[in-house]
Amino acid sequence: MSRTASRLDRKMDLLKMQEKEGLLKSKEGSRAVGKFIQNKLALIGLVVFAVILLSSIFAPLLTKYDPAMIDLRARLSPPSWEHLFGTDKLGRDVFARVLYGGRISILVGFGGALGAALVGVSLGTYAGYKGGWLDKILLRVSEIFMAFPQIILVLLLVSLLGQSLWNLLVIFTITGWGSVYRMARSQMLSIREEEYVQALKAFGLSDAIIAYKHMLPNALGPIMVNLTLSTAMFILEETALSFLGLGVPLHIPTWGNILNAAQDLTILQEAWWIWVPVGLVISAFVLSINFVGDGLRDSADPTQQG
Amino acid sequence: MHREKEVLLKIRNAQTYFPVQKGLLKRTVGHVRAVDNVSLDVYRGETLGLVGESGCGKTTLGKSILQLVRPTGGEFIYNFDGQEKDLRKLSNEEMMQARKRLQIVFQDPHSSLNPAFTIFGSLQDPLKKFGIKSKEERKQIIGDLLEAVNLRREYMHRYPHEFSGGQRQRIGIARALSLGPELIICDEAVSALDVSIQAQVLNLLLELKEKHKLTYIFISHDLSVVEYMSDRIAVMYLGKIVELAQAEDLFANAMHPYSQALLSAIPVAEVGRKRNRIVLEGNVPSPVDPPPGCAFHPRCPYAMEMCKTTVPELRKHIIDGREHHVACHLTDARAVTTQKTS
Amino acid sequence: MDTILTVDNLHINFYTNNRCNEAVRGVSFQLKKGRTLCLVGESGCGKSVTASSIMRLLPPLSRIEEGEIIYHTDQGDLRLHELDPNGPEIRSIRGAEIAMIFQDPMTALNPVYTVGFQIREAFMYHTKMAAAAMKEKAVELLRSMRIPAPEQRVNEYIHQYSGGMRQRAMIAMAMACNPQILIADEPTTALDVTVQAQIFDLMNDLQREHNAAILLITHDMGVVAELAHDVVVMYMGDAVENGPVEEILTKPAHPYTSALLRSIPVLGQSKSQKLEPIRGSTPDPYNRPKGCQFRPRCDFATEKCLQDPETFDVSADHTVKCWHWEKVLANA
Repeated sequence: MSRTASRLDRKMDLLKMQEKEGLLKSKEGSRAVGKFIQNKLALIGLVVFAVILLSSIFAPLLTKYDPAMIDLRARLSPPSWEHLFGTDKLGRDVFARVLYGGRISILVGFGGALGAALVGVSLGTYAGYKGGWLDKILLRVSEIFMAFPQIILVLLLVSLLGQSLWNLLVIFTITGWGSVYRMARSQMLSIREEEYVQALKAFGLSDAIIAYKHMLPNALGPIMVNLTLSTAMFILEETALSFLGLGVPLHIPTWGNILNAAQDLTILQEAWWIWVPVGLVISAFVLSINFVGDGLRDSADPTQQG
Repeated sequence: MHREKEVLLKIRNAQTYFPVQKGLLKRTVGHVRAVDNVSLDVYRGETLGLVGESGCGKTTLGKSILQLVRPTGGEFIYNFDGQEKDLRKLSNEEMMQARKRLQIVFQDPHSSLNPAFTIFGSLQDPLKKFGIKSKEERKQIIGDLLEAVNLRREYMHRYPHEFSGGQRQRIGIARALSLGPELIICDEAVSALDVSIQAQVLNLLLELKEKHKLTYIFISHDLSVVEYMSDRIAVMYLGKIVELAQAEDLFANAMHPYSQALLSAIPVAEVGRKRNRIVLEGNVPSPVDPPPGCAFHPRCPYAMEMCKTTVPELRKHIIDGREHHVACHLTDARAVTTQKTS
Repeated sequence: MDTILTVDNLHINFYTNNRCNEAVRGVSFQLKKGRTLCLVGESGCGKSVTASSIMRLLPPLSRIEEGEIIYHTDQGDLRLHELDPNGPEIRSIRGAEIAMIFQDPMTALNPVYTVGFQIREAFMYHTKMAAAAMKEKAVELLRSMRIPAPEQRVNEYIHQYSGGMRQRAMIAMAMACNPQILIADEPTTALDVTVQAQIFDLMNDLQREHNAAILLITHDMGVVAELAHDVVVMYMGDAVENGPVEEILTKPAHPYTSALLRSIPVLGQSKSQKLEPIRGSTPDPYNRPKGCQFRPRCDFATEKCLQDPETFDVSADHTVKCWHWEKVLANA
């Protein structure tokens, strides 16, 4: 107790001295950015996120293997300098598959989140501002989608639409827009009471201009946070669906499809290198996105000071 | 005295009720009578003060005039250069044109400007809508507006958070002026400002009124400020006007018991002016279920049997040759010449 | 007259957002038994910070840099500024000897406990009363605050009270242990004037009955005129003027006080009065002017004002921090 107090006191003394000498200036630029940079966990998250994202994008520079190239002579070889993460049952290089798989998995996660956000925000912004029957109906519809067991909805849609990358994006948009809608709507409900909105109404501006041009920019902060967090969620969902064989068609490498191989008991027991590294990459990536999202949320919240 | 003056806005039996909903099915169980049968004339070029305590309906009345809140009944007859039309019955196109003439200045300088836009960005859309197509022209107009409220032209490229409360309030006034209005409703326009800044804004409002021949409806809970600004003052209690008189008459000779109590309750920054304070018992009743008869009777020191059953009407009394409207049975009984307001 | 609290040359800094803000810069006053002292000033002038420092309720990133807060008890002086803000000594004083009421009772009272329970809690910590006696005392307190049907109200929650009654319930809680000092931080700002009048009446009666000292924080000069015996005017952390209310309001010696009084409309003087606004706006606390804080807005400012003004005695108990106070007085 006394040690922490004295450390705080020393910091205060330092600040006092600096202030007196006029060293401290009002920070130019955004206070939110400064706060994000001070948040160590968020910064680590951002680095991990960037590393994984960039290595997926620049996969051809990092590995000489084609993820689809079958090399039956090197089946199930453990990690070595030749194959960093070893090879799978068909002799494909796991490291290359993790890198290339990241492209699809991240695309699916981000695309799903973006699709859900586009639908949810454009409906929620207008309905939240206007209220009335439109809002009431959309609210109930979103509740129906959220109440429906997602896995059954996915099964239904996969059997109807078939298995493909685009179908997965459509499914994620359909299942995900409800929560974004509700968030955008609640943001608009509170912004609606601000006096500048009343002032715009007093000028008789059209609803669309008031809602989308003047109000939406003020609701974007929480929506961006939600976008990052739902990206993480959709990556996990893609992984789970692909593991069950319901996601992206198996011939396309994704993180989930790599894990799919671990359904085989012998691989689970004897070829750990096929599923442990990819599992770790997924966890690290999702965790880092969550840290970044939390950091964004804290820095966007003006009530928290530090 | 006002006979020869031109009536700009004639309000007759205005009612704005809000439904009170309860339970899972949102059944309407009653109505908040925010504005309850208010009749009022606003003359061109005057400042009409509207005072009362929180929840008395003064802000709702202001917003009802602008149709920002939809009134549920009554007439709001506005004088469009000699042509009288009810604001509630205008077509969308007509209402849009009417909005040029009617504007509002808000209370909270922190929420009255959009934090995501520069001042230019916030102020340009109304101009655009009303036909000023070129960006240069809009810049010119907004610059002029800022100068009119004693701010620098360059400020139009700044964001709201770069301004102090007083400056923001002045920008809010500039915005209200942007389409050349006739009637401005000042809704607690200085209440959120520090005392040393209040006077700046009040004097600016007076100046602008002279320069642009404006009419104000000045809404505030602060009687000293209303007195400084207003020609006539209306006192509201529970959605009704209880007294309406020339400002100096109201302060010299308040006739409604509520106005008397309100005036006596205000602390005045003068030593030795210990007045006989009338301390009212109890609180303002709920506007959902106002007391029968005169809404003030449960707190009124002079309540009679009649006050519990009959709603008093706002009547015109002539006192020393000047109009003084009061809604009180007691005054009615005492007065010699009475006449129902319109 | 007995002095019960002395605040001497108090300096408080805030260290939020990695900056140092001198929120209070040398405030001194004496609080006397049975008298009301008003701390008056605009938002951000440090009046609330001064008040909460007496209770040692400052937020974590702030510190008393200099000065003394001394509580004079019958058993000798207690140096409040030296106590551990979380220690047992200050906690036994809080609520029992020095009590505080706040602007917003809805946030100052706990919504999940009954009003009666929260009053009884004060007894539990500070007295050795029996449970039945506590209950009785709580009802009695509410009755003395003129809350109707106290036997029933004592078991109700704060949301069931009306605005004025909530404030009275909070005063009841503050008065539970007959404190020597009552600190009221803008107690009526959120209330309507007719209800404000009720609360002032009540506070006046309480002071007469218990001979308590009241430290009232307000921004309203009308409230000052109505309630105060003594006034401390604050501007940007400085106590610029300090004296009895009659002198401050009729013969202000600081340019800020005098300008402030000329910029507020006075009831009953109608449109004939001329308001003289103070020019400019309050400076940024992180970018303070050199010397006298009021210099950039002051009509009397000279070269000399670049130095921090000293404290001058206007009369026996009236002090002012201004180089040109004599000119200000002569000008009035």
